[in-house]
Amino acid sequence: MKVSLFITCLADHFAPQVGEAVFHLLRRHGVEVDFPAGQTCCGQPSWNTGHLDDARDFARLYMKTFARSEYIIQPSGSCAGHVRYFYPKMFPDGSPEQREAAAIGQRTYEFTEFMVKVLGVKDVGARYKGKAFFHTNCHMQRELKVREEPLEMLRCVRDLELVDIPRPDLCCGFGGAFSVKEPEISTAMADDKLDAILATGADLLVSSDLGCLMHQGGRLEKRGITSVRPVHIAELLWEGVQQNGR
Amino acid sequence: MAARAEALERVRKALGDQHLRGAVRYTAENLYMKRKAAMADLDAQAARGDAIGNFEELRARAREIKLHTLAHLDGYLKQAADQIRKNGGVVHWARDAEEANQIVLEICRKRGARKLIKSKSMVSEEIHLNQRLEAEGLEIVESDLGEYIIQLAHETPAHIVIPAIHKTRRQIADLFGAVAGHELPTDTKSLTAFARATLRHKFMTADVGVTGANFVVAETGTICLVTNEGNGRLTTSVPPCQITLVGMEKLVPRLEDLAVMMALLPRSATGQKITTYFNMITGPRRPGEPDGPEELHVIFLDNGRSQILGSQYEEVLTCIRCGACLNSCPVYRQLGGHAYGSTYPGPIGSVLTPLLQGLEEWEELPQLCSLCGACHENCPLGIHLHEYIIQLRGELVARGRENPLMRTALKLVHFAWTRPGVYRFVAGSAHLGTKPFTRKRKDGSEYLDNLPSIAAGWTMSRTMPAPARRPFHQRWAELERQGGAK
Repeated sequence: MKVSLFITCLADHFAPQVGEAVFHLLRRHGVEVDFPAGQTCCGQPSWNTGHLDDARDFARLYMKTFARSEYIIQPSGSCAGHVRYFYPKMFPDGSPEQREAAAIGQRTYEFTEFMVKVLGVKDVGARYKGKAFFHTNCHMQRELKVREEPLEMLRCVRDLELVDIPRPDLCCGFGGAFSVKEPEISTAMADDKLDAILATGADLLVSSDLGCLMHQGGRLEKRGITSVRPVHIAELLWEGVQQNGR
Repeated sequence: MAARAEALERVRKALGDQHLRGAVRYTAENLYMKRKAAMADLDAQAARGDAIGNFEELRARAREIKLHTLAHLDGYLKQAADQIRKNGGVVHWARDAEEANQIVLEICRKRGARKLIKSKSMVSEEIHLNQRLEAEGLEIVESDLGEYIIQLAHETPAHIVIPAIHKTRRQIADLFGAVAGHELPTDTKSLTAFARATLRHKFMTADVGVTGANFVVAETGTICLVTNEGNGRLTTSVPPCQITLVGMEKLVPRLEDLAVMMALLPRSATGQKITTYFNMITGPRRPGEPDGPEELHVIFLDNGRSQILGSQYEEVLTCIRCGACLNSCPVYRQLGGHAYGSTYPGPIGSVLTPLLQGLEEWEELPQLCSLCGACHENCPLGIHLHEYIIQLRGELVARGRENPLMRTALKLVHFAWTRPGVYRFVAGSAHLGTKPFTRKRKDGSEYLDNLPSIAAGWTMSRTMPAPARRPFHQRWAELERQGGAK
């Protein structure tokens, strides 16, 4: 099986190790991976701030770049959600572009979704000692309807204890440009989320969305809290595979 | 920009008020959990064949009913008006708030009415009825417990279903104590007993009862009131005259449509299968009947609604004002209702208010949203609220109403990032550009702080990861050569 990796602008800039982890995990399960060179950003920042025509340009670029890809894997539930849910809504009903957008949305997967739903792999053979809270980002749970897949994968990690908070579904306050346009509200939301996570005694804050991780992790650091490590799920799984020595 | 400064002031005030935040969080959470349990129960009932549908099925049917109604609103309004007249009621049409207020004043003038009692009505809040009547020297008393509390506090509702959501028990006891002239205990029983005794006298002496309407049934002209306190029943049975204010979109075609709507409304609002009271009022008192008003007026209000009809936002008019979007909204949960500055707060208010009253006057409302989508998920009509918020932002951008720094940043990103070559160059040099803001941790790793311009909004409360010296796309060739782990 062959898939294309869409690294996302955030992982490309701030967390290239996440892309490496995704690559190694996919390869480990016999998946061939390519990396189409024309890729940049899914365009969500433009769409969410109301720069709708600019967002369409990003969608067209994505559709062109991945036109021949059978599966497109993203280490982000938010960006994958944007592609699958919003791309078809950007173009006139019944237009060729809309059909193309709908089709590419169906071929686009968040990493854990692809692992569990398409490959049928929940256990990647990882061992990781720690107490983890998994933060499901909003677009992943509501637009992709992916909730259980990452949890199923984490449950298979040896020595890893999964903890939960009373309202895991609540937004952490990132919201893209919202986090800089309305920083007070965004931060208040982060603090609520983090207080709930800290109460569990978790030492790992895991997510499949770098935006949420940067926001919550950056807030933890500003608050001087070092007991929790924010980490992308692919990175944690790949570290766990290496630690397991298999 | 004045709107921006005022909105920011309101937001800061709310975020700084720990009583308010505690009260809102407690009640919104409570309502959210009750709704969730009620819907799970409904789904289980439906699976056993004991309900007319599960949540998703009923939501699809409710959408169908309301969208059909909106598509034929002229016909259903005429049918409803004809039926109300046939039942002995009087129908009025109000283009805007001022016309609606004038109609109420005129009815009062004709009857020589001085005292009014009101059950809960968001439309009356929308047209600022109380202030208008009080300015003319009339007395109007709120009889919904929550509305009564905020009337005593000289405030506006902070929630469309739970007006006093932001008030603590202590604050309510203080407000009631000021009316009683002595200190009151803070337990629910004492507080409601005081309100009941005080309001009972107001019901008995009122000249006019004012209500809203949750639904008006077109085929019968029936006004439907959904309440838990019985104040709607008293308002419509004791005073000799009833005035019902209703938004022109609040129709359902047939009585049987209520089965669908009422399966959804109480569950969505308060997690109840059915409210304590559900009143269906078809006409004034008939000969031989012991109670009910001798005169019944229905005022259908437009006030901006007809502009939404036929637009891309038409779906918003299917709203049944249950408040589920407020209770599920993570921003509302932090702020409560007053921070929005509008009659309708929360997700529905952020969409409806700019549409009813002008986008530019209310340009801050669509910004108070992280686009999490919880509102759409919980809406019993499946209104795509977060998508309309994006569309409204789009209209603001198209009109050039946007922070110029944000605009420049986004335009630069669009220019650079839709050109893959430029994107790769910029990504590869990002760590150089951010050097002045790079800080080192004890372990030698790097992060950014004290960023300038719009990015200062981020670093005021959060650190930022430093851009990688070698972004992923520069690592790809090597990675591919390695072929990956086995």
